[in-house]
Amino acid sequence: MSYIIADHLVKNYGDGEATVTAVNGMSFEIDAGEFVGIMGESGSGKSTLLGLMGAMNAPTAGRLVVDDIDVYALNPDQRADFRREFLGFVFQRFHLVPYLTVIENVMLPLAVVKAGRKQKRAMAAGALAQVGLAGKADRLPNQISGGESERVAVARAIVNEPPVLLADEPTGNLDTKTSREIMELLQRLNEDGMTIAMVTHSRDCAAYAERILRVRDGKLLEFRLGGEIEWKKRNATADKFRSVCRARQAAFSLDR
Amino acid sequence: MTLGAISIRNLLRRRGKAAFVLTGLVIGVATAAGIISFVDSMTADINTKLEKYGANILIVPRTENLSLNYGGLSLGGVSFEMQEIQEAELQRLSTIKNAKNVAAMGPLMLGVIEIRGRRVLLAGVDFEAAGILKPWWRLQGDMPGKKGVVIGPEAARQLGLKISDSLTAKGHELEVSAVLAPTGSQDDQLIFTHLATAQAIFNKPGRVSMAEVAALCKDCPIEEMVAQISEVLPGARVMAIQQVVKSRMETLAQFKKFSFGLSGVILLIGSLVVLVTMMGSVRERTDEIGIFRAIGFRKRHVMRIVFTEAALVSGLAGILGYFLGLGAAQLALQFFAVNAPVVRFSPILGVGAFGTALALGLTASAYPAFMASRMDPNEALRAL
Repeated sequence: MSYIIADHLVKNYGDGEATVTAVNGMSFEIDAGEFVGIMGESGSGKSTLLGLMGAMNAPTAGRLVVDDIDVYALNPDQRADFRREFLGFVFQRFHLVPYLTVIENVMLPLAVVKAGRKQKRAMAAGALAQVGLAGKADRLPNQISGGESERVAVARAIVNEPPVLLADEPTGNLDTKTSREIMELLQRLNEDGMTIAMVTHSRDCAAYAERILRVRDGKLLEFRLGGEIEWKKRNATADKFRSVCRARQAAFSLDR
Repeated sequence: MTLGAISIRNLLRRRGKAAFVLTGLVIGVATAAGIISFVDSMTADINTKLEKYGANILIVPRTENLSLNYGGLSLGGVSFEMQEIQEAELQRLSTIKNAKNVAAMGPLMLGVIEIRGRRVLLAGVDFEAAGILKPWWRLQGDMPGKKGVVIGPEAARQLGLKISDSLTAKGHELEVSAVLAPTGSQDDQLIFTHLATAQAIFNKPGRVSMAEVAALCKDCPIEEMVAQISEVLPGARVMAIQQVVKSRMETLAQFKKFSFGLSGVILLIGSLVVLVTMMGSVRERTDEIGIFRAIGFRKRHVMRIVFTEAALVSGLAGILGYFLGLGAAQLALQFFAVNAPVVRFSPILGVGAFGTALALGLTASAYPAFMASRMDPNEALRAL
């Protein structure tokens, strides 16, 4: 079952002679529950592609369909709602809000959700527990390590239980040991049914992916299987994933 | 976590910037509230004093020939062979409906005498009533007795007279008891004596040339007072000193206009401070706003965060500015008013100060909020 379908995506910056084509007609599909790595040299268009997949960056041409929703046919407010309900983002530089505590950072996606304070706090605490930071809820971002910051970023990305996680170089600023911990965390989330698309430079991190999309000069060169990780039983994962998506679709449709 | 909580936490985190914006608006609101309170209190105080001290109604004989200009009294060459007012008739003032509004009534007997070869105006007055009618008088010397006079400074200079000097007016020996401190009015050129003394000098016992009345007009329009007095004195012409009243009120109105204009300018500067600071704050928070948009905040959510911050600071500025303005007005009144009145706490002005500060803060934040909401999340996150 193809969950994310990219159809001849193009993204240009600038105009006239100064036009730069960052993404040049990429087409691919990602199945529900897949863990896909996106690799390429600097400037190849990886992050731009992730931005397109994240409904943050309208393409110059092409379509992006996620769970049968034509993402760029939505208006900006609907795309914001879509991001909130369907997507979780993990950034290389964490991008934690410095004046909010760890748990408040995790609760950020819930700030515009209609739920009680206690419920929101419980959801955030659950996400923190999932990433192994239950005891650091009241610390400020400048009081935790880089690895812990990345975990907080992951917790923030999953607090709303989105079906898709997009990660842009999640281990880019981390040491080897911490990188492995983060990747194992992402692997566990994937095993729980989350579809993950991850941009990475690291072959070690790419080894956790089932498939690799290799990008060069804005074009998709190839995709191949990942490395040593045993391929999990995908059917059960896909079924669990489908039920989550149905619930999301229902909630999302009400807001449109 | 709510949008409001994000706004509050940001303000607490960036206390310096919040304090800067707060200070700018507080100064603006305090200046406006202070000036308005000051002007209102001064106006009320001046009105009370104007009405209480100083004549605002004139009673003159009903005659076509006598032309009186109260702003510059000149009777030179005018014949006094006219029907004066009987002093006893003036007592009827106590029978009018608004008698309680009459603060003082001062009869005058006016005439020309010759001193050392020069013609000068002699005014017979009730010195007790003069204390209310002319509270600005300051005497250098003693209160005159029956044969004493108070001489205006200009008259004293021109006639070469000083305290204890003697003078003769139509065969009556008089002595200078006091010299009037300069008033800047016609009084500087006159010689004042007791009413009875003047009546004797001019051989007009029981008669007066005119009378000045100080009426308290707070609860009763002056026109009504004039009508009531005219009714009991049919033989006299009663008129409000319109020019005096009008010019005094015009002066106050001019000052009020000026103060409102000045307040407006200062408030505008305050709102510019808000605009510039909020724009800087939005630019500093590019990363944060990018995150908000990336995780699913709509544009209006981002705008709400900015507006909430502006509203919190502006609202507080309105409240603090109002009370600071009241305090400043009270302090200023100590310097500008004798027996400084107490500045009244005005709920309407308080609400107005709060509302104005809020409106200015929100208006000044509109552009920064709009700019923040339009930030491309992708570009914002790549900006670092």
